[in-house]
Amino acid sequence: MRPISSPRAEAGNSSGAPIRRPGRGRRLHTVDNPRKSTTLTVMTALFTLYCLLPLVWLVINATKSQADFVSSFGLAPGREFALWDNIVEVFRYQDGIFSRWLLNTLLYVVVGATVSTFLAALGGYALAKLDFTGKRVFLFVVLGSISVPGIALAIPQFLLFAHLGLTNTPWAILIPSFINPFGLYLMWVFTAEAVPTGLLEAAKIDGAGEFRTFLRIALPMLAPAGVTVLLFSFVSIWNNYFLPLIMLKDPAWYPLTVGINQWNKLGSSAGNGALVQNLVITSALLTIVPLIVAFLSLQRYWQSGLSLGAIKG
Amino acid sequence: MDLARRFDVTPSAMAPPDEERHPAPAGKRRKSRAGLAFIAPFGALFALVFIVPILYAAYLSLFQDKLVGGTTFVGFANYGKLFRDPQFWDGVGRVVRFTLVQVPIMLFFSMALALALDSMRVHGTRFMRATIFLPYAVPAIVSTLMWGFLLGVKYGLFGSLNRALGTDIDPFAPGTTLISIGLMVTWAFTGFNMLIFYAALKAVPRELYEAAAIDGANEFQVVRAIKLPALRGSLVVTIIFSIIGTFQMFNEPQILPTMVAGSGVTTFYTPNLYAYNLAFTGSQQGYAAALALVMAAITIAVAYAVQIRGLRNASHQ
Repeated sequence: MRPISSPRAEAGNSSGAPIRRPGRGRRLHTVDNPRKSTTLTVMTALFTLYCLLPLVWLVINATKSQADFVSSFGLAPGREFALWDNIVEVFRYQDGIFSRWLLNTLLYVVVGATVSTFLAALGGYALAKLDFTGKRVFLFVVLGSISVPGIALAIPQFLLFAHLGLTNTPWAILIPSFINPFGLYLMWVFTAEAVPTGLLEAAKIDGAGEFRTFLRIALPMLAPAGVTVLLFSFVSIWNNYFLPLIMLKDPAWYPLTVGINQWNKLGSSAGNGALVQNLVITSALLTIVPLIVAFLSLQRYWQSGLSLGAIKG
Repeated sequence: MDLARRFDVTPSAMAPPDEERHPAPAGKRRKSRAGLAFIAPFGALFALVFIVPILYAAYLSLFQDKLVGGTTFVGFANYGKLFRDPQFWDGVGRVVRFTLVQVPIMLFFSMALALALDSMRVHGTRFMRATIFLPYAVPAIVSTLMWGFLLGVKYGLFGSLNRALGTDIDPFAPGTTLISIGLMVTWAFTGFNMLIFYAALKAVPRELYEAAAIDGANEFQVVRAIKLPALRGSLVVTIIFSIIGTFQMFNEPQILPTMVAGSGVTTFYTPNLYAYNLAFTGSQQGYAAALALVMAAITIAVAYAVQIRGLRNASHQ
């Protein structure tokens, strides 16, 4: 694995003036540690700012009361700091349904992401290292399915699931989330590149069965890719909006995404609902905080193993 | 371990009689059966979630819901109607125009950022890499809410700007809404594509850079001769995924009208939004199913065309 300079060293560098004299600074500039470029840094930082701006706006406005939100400038704080009041109110509003939505989302995400990642690893391994009848057709169909628009599926899925009595239950969200064609594709590519066939053959010669070879030899080597697929499943299930929108009628089974939009629509629908934009914004912030925390903590594992070269080495 | 043993597929237990008579090499036979066992759970669920619903959609597309007479079989009439439906083609034209402008801009930024971060010449590389990817983790509903408020003239920054300067800029006027949506989509997916490029760059053997340094190659020569060729495969993948994503556009135009009035977002703004409105508010499920299938066919055709072109170019190398 290539050495990644520690954050402390980077922070130390950025606080001082850029080192201008090649080869004469305190740190030697090598292929792995070239001179930092101010131009590149500024250009990358501008894009980083664009990525941060809406999130900063969200954090600032989650601290405002509804009155302040309507009256004050978007990027300035309001007259009163109402973040805590807003959070309390989010959990109280409509008999505390927000905590129910949060638990539902956690259920869908944890079960869905775990199962889909394991199925993708199993299938990707079969595609990369094993033969079976109809492999080419299978690949063609599954990869083709990545380009099928969600709506082409969602409406028939809804009718099919309604026929099976699965709508308005967690299964209507869980079963579709178990299948992640993109995850299968990633696992297939990673397995083909990162797991040496010779090692598998050796395990089999030593008497290990196929499943044991997969579990003991291949799966540990696939762990970095597994975390990547887990992350993508996690994000796509957490972000899923359309499927729960049509599958679930009972707000008690809603995930956060559908719930928040229901609150958002309260004010705009025919004017008979109270405007609760402060709650919409605060609940949006609460929705992305666990996601960002999970994302960043998963990213630590996953950055170190991102490069295929590192896995191979 | 017990679990592992239980799932083991031994050659004797499952050999089909046909293969007994014409024995293939033992290893290959075992591989084939194990392969089927490994792929079976994914395959079975895949059929339930993808294949059966698509067949069902194809079946539904042959029927029409009529006020008088209920649901009747109409053959391919829905498809004929669709090809003459100006609202459908309006949506298709919009997503195609959107794709032609937004995807090249987004992928240019993704690639430039991946190259910049991989060069290790940027201060705070780790922080910026994480931050640029962060929007991908934000649900479309939240991102549409944020950008809708942020750009909106009622509560947002442009409202403040207009009041301060006496201007009349509206990012969600009918003529500019699509640009604002482009800003949201680029925000959400640049980091995702950057990461695909970044992973490809990380897979380049370090020895190549060292060899290039010994040969006295400068930064731009390294980018042109080593890094850009290494990105070719990822470029094909990102183009395909981006086209699929923009052709399916739904969340932003579905949520925006609840936030801003007069944004010009119609019920047929994108093909997917049209299909949703047909099925769930117009109760024309057969017509919606036909639309969805035609849109899927168009998307798959474009994706395969890009892939074949990409592969052909790669083989010319």
